[in-house]
Amino acid sequence: MKRIGMIAMFLAAGTLVLAAPPQMPRYRFENFTTANGLPDNHVYSVLVDGDRIWAGTENGLAVYENHAWKTYTTKDGLAHRAVLSLALDKRTGDVWAGTMGGLSRISGGRIDSYTQLNSGLSNDVVYGVSVEGENVWVATAAGACRLDLHTDQWALYNERNTPMIEIWVYGVSATPSKVYYAVWGSGILEYDQKTGRWDKYEDPDGETEMVLFKDQGLIHEITTSVSYVDNILWAATYFGDSRYDGRYWHNFLTKDSGLPSNFTNAIKGVDAQRAWFCTDKGLAYYDGVNWAVYRPSLKDGKPEMTVRDAQGNVTPVSVTTAPAHNYILGIDFQGSDIWVATAKGLSHGIRQKQ
Amino acid sequence: MSLRIQTALGSGLAVLAAALFAAVLCCDRPARARAQGSEIVAQDYASPLEVLLSPDGKRLYVLCQQSEEVRVLDATSFAVIRKIAVGQVPRGFSLSASGDRLFVTNSWNDTLSVIDTGTLAVVATWPVGAEPSSVVEDRAGKRLFVANRISGNVAVLDAQTGAEEKQLRAGRGSSYLTPSPDGSRLYATHIYPNPQPHRSGLQDRSAPESEITVIDIAHAVVVDRMPLHAIAGVFHLAFSADGRLGAVAEYHPKNLVPLAHLEHGGAFADTLTLFGSDVGNPVEVPLDELELYATQPFGVAIAPDKSRIYVSCGGSEMVTVVDVPRLLRFIHTHRAPYTQDLSASANYVVTRIPVGQNPRGLTLSRDGRKLFVANRLDDTISVIDTRTNRVASTIALAGPKTLSVLRKGEQAFYTARYSFQGQIGCATCHIDSTFDGLTWDLEPDGFGRDIVDNKMIEGVKDTEPYKWNGGNPNLPTECGPRTEKYFWRSENYDDRTLTDLVSYVRGLAPRPNRWRRPGSELTPAQERGKALFERSQDKFGKPIPETNRCSYCHSGPKGTNQKISDVGTRKPTDNSGLLKAAPLTNIALTAPYLHDGSARTLEEIWTIFNPEDKHGRTNDLTKDELNDLIEYLRTR
Repeated sequence: MKRIGMIAMFLAAGTLVLAAPPQMPRYRFENFTTANGLPDNHVYSVLVDGDRIWAGTENGLAVYENHAWKTYTTKDGLAHRAVLSLALDKRTGDVWAGTMGGLSRISGGRIDSYTQLNSGLSNDVVYGVSVEGENVWVATAAGACRLDLHTDQWALYNERNTPMIEIWVYGVSATPSKVYYAVWGSGILEYDQKTGRWDKYEDPDGETEMVLFKDQGLIHEITTSVSYVDNILWAATYFGDSRYDGRYWHNFLTKDSGLPSNFTNAIKGVDAQRAWFCTDKGLAYYDGVNWAVYRPSLKDGKPEMTVRDAQGNVTPVSVTTAPAHNYILGIDFQGSDIWVATAKGLSHGIRQKQ
Repeated sequence: MSLRIQTALGSGLAVLAAALFAAVLCCDRPARARAQGSEIVAQDYASPLEVLLSPDGKRLYVLCQQSEEVRVLDATSFAVIRKIAVGQVPRGFSLSASGDRLFVTNSWNDTLSVIDTGTLAVVATWPVGAEPSSVVEDRAGKRLFVANRISGNVAVLDAQTGAEEKQLRAGRGSSYLTPSPDGSRLYATHIYPNPQPHRSGLQDRSAPESEITVIDIAHAVVVDRMPLHAIAGVFHLAFSADGRLGAVAEYHPKNLVPLAHLEHGGAFADTLTLFGSDVGNPVEVPLDELELYATQPFGVAIAPDKSRIYVSCGGSEMVTVVDVPRLLRFIHTHRAPYTQDLSASANYVVTRIPVGQNPRGLTLSRDGRKLFVANRLDDTISVIDTRTNRVASTIALAGPKTLSVLRKGEQAFYTARYSFQGQIGCATCHIDSTFDGLTWDLEPDGFGRDIVDNKMIEGVKDTEPYKWNGGNPNLPTECGPRTEKYFWRSENYDDRTLTDLVSYVRGLAPRPNRWRRPGSELTPAQERGKALFERSQDKFGKPIPETNRCSYCHSGPKGTNQKISDVGTRKPTDNSGLLKAAPLTNIALTAPYLHDGSARTLEEIWTIFNPEDKHGRTNDLTKDELNDLIEYLRTR
């Protein structure tokens, strides 16, 4: 009897273990808005630069350092007040800001701006920027381009010299081996740094919202963001997201993953297995198997975290804080912490011990 | 034109003809040297530009720009120990932290010579950025920092291999580097003002802005930029031994008011900016006083006991000596600004020591008792006894005993002695015989009328007429009556001096074009741009009138047909829209553009200032085609 009891207890405990949600990272979110120093609550982009945090807002480029915000505006030489994208040149410490009115370089506090009128930049609306070695790769509303910092020469990439059909380029991720562009309506463009050749990845279903061929290619043509990490391509679209390892595609949709929305503004890979998804319905984290979503509840705005395991079981996790808004536009990492750009403020996710 | 000027011009032209004939003869010599751009000067003169003492004080290293060598002298007897050939037009040098290597920047062939100070031989020559001008090694001997003038950066190199690690954005015309006494920071200066972040209209011209770029040596990143408001032309910088006082030599142009008012307050203030904990907030102090201008301040040294600051003044042929305690007392008891106050310097300038022609680099002995000054244009080193503030001896570097026409012309170009009160010389605006990156209000036609951009003068030979409006038919007129009347506001050159000067200016050859590949092979983008430059039909198949083709006005080897035309760039402040086709020589270096400098970049010439296609047919071009055209223009 005693033995049976022990077995029963063991089984019960085992059941409890099986039912427990996966351990996903938990954060305490501290949010910054105009109330505590941010120049605007619309934060389009965020960049971690050591102890400094750069926030691209609708009204200037803000930098957080030593617990205080400083804002650069057009009076300081910023190309435009709305800062859509940010990139760090890790070698020099220079920050590059893509704005609605050109591309700005912030170097030691000095700002030099490139526009379509004063430089070879293809268009003033700069959605994305990425720095790799001597080159600054830029995604604009009228094609892609590259600025060679050594020679000050611009190379423009558009429908005339690449497989690009549309020229509305939303995102870029540059690495020593490959450069990827997310082209709105034209899938993903790949540039091989060794060969100088372009390649293209498109939705095998064509430009439709239907997914006829799951995992046979890019999920959709309307791409918004791209991230290339550990030889893995992570791609975001307004109709789901994709992961590509050079041979196989794996797509993510709300119906068969933990993605809170197919409408994804940005994607950022941590490594080959893990990535963050910035959607219009919250921030999502994927660890290769399980998902976690962080957001203010869509129903009542209360802080919310949910975890979805490999079997699709969704478990709420009790939290007291959440990102400033569920419309997420960007993310960057500071050690184990995260910084999140949202439509109503910038959020610092401070990793909690579990 | 007055009878006096006519007479002077007439006799001057006769002398000029003979002198130019002599200069042409010089051209036939197999000369390889270039002195500040002159190909027709044979390699006769040393032209000492910088001086250094070895750590033990036993050797004096002299950087000789024209003979393209480092001369090693015994610091006591001044006997020549060795002459070490380096690269083309060396501009800067420094010793490694250990003193066992001497690094030399060769500004025209973009290399760095590494000299072993034990064997006194060049042991390596490394390629670097465009127009390297100064070099500093960190104390650990791991990294070299090189200021590249054309690249506008400070490159970071591996000190053992010369491999470039990265380039740090510096000021435009990045040129001079000075480490802080504790070796933690590097201070970089630049000779041209930074581009204006905003394109201001001619009604709203703004003062130039420069900076001191502060680099964290350990991390090799820019950590600060000290703004230098209204400064254009920043040269050497020095620290006191305790690191509490920094001083930098600079030009403070007054280009927003007509230059014709030279006698009403000057075209430039020659100043120092002081910074550091002795000072508090950085402060600019003038070195000039009435009748005694410290024209073209260049080199700076601070005495080991911080009692004196010494400043070489290239145009005034003197060293200005500043009493530091009096200077600090002055700035702490007088409220800035005092840049325009010609009585201020009497409070702290204790003497002005006459030295040789065009004094440049200077260095103090370790005990501070001797100051060595490189007199570039008379091949001497002045040795000043700092206790008496007198030249104790003058070291003559072996060279020609007689002065050539071109040498005398170069002296006339750099000296300020011909201008009213000795305020400016040609080289004040044409820094190192180039330009200054400024727009000026030159003519006495009212404030703000006929604003003109200062142009590069290398390659100016055979591009007459001169001035933007082509008003001067030849160089003797340009350099003679026009300069005398509107700039110097003083007596005329004598005939021979004008001849010398014109010969020198005519002899200024363009520096190597950094956008052109060796062998003149064009890149695909440059080829496409060349085709656009030469095209006779627009993209719609319509013929472009000959006079509206790029290649018509900008024809010939120098890119000018020397004709006057209206390309639609006249501003309301211009008296006329008729302009001479500007030469294209090294056009990539000389922003801003157009006659009034209203185009900050080459692109803006066509994206903003060519709405009616009068300045060539360009509005049919796509953005990438315009980029191609500009890539080609950069090769000119």
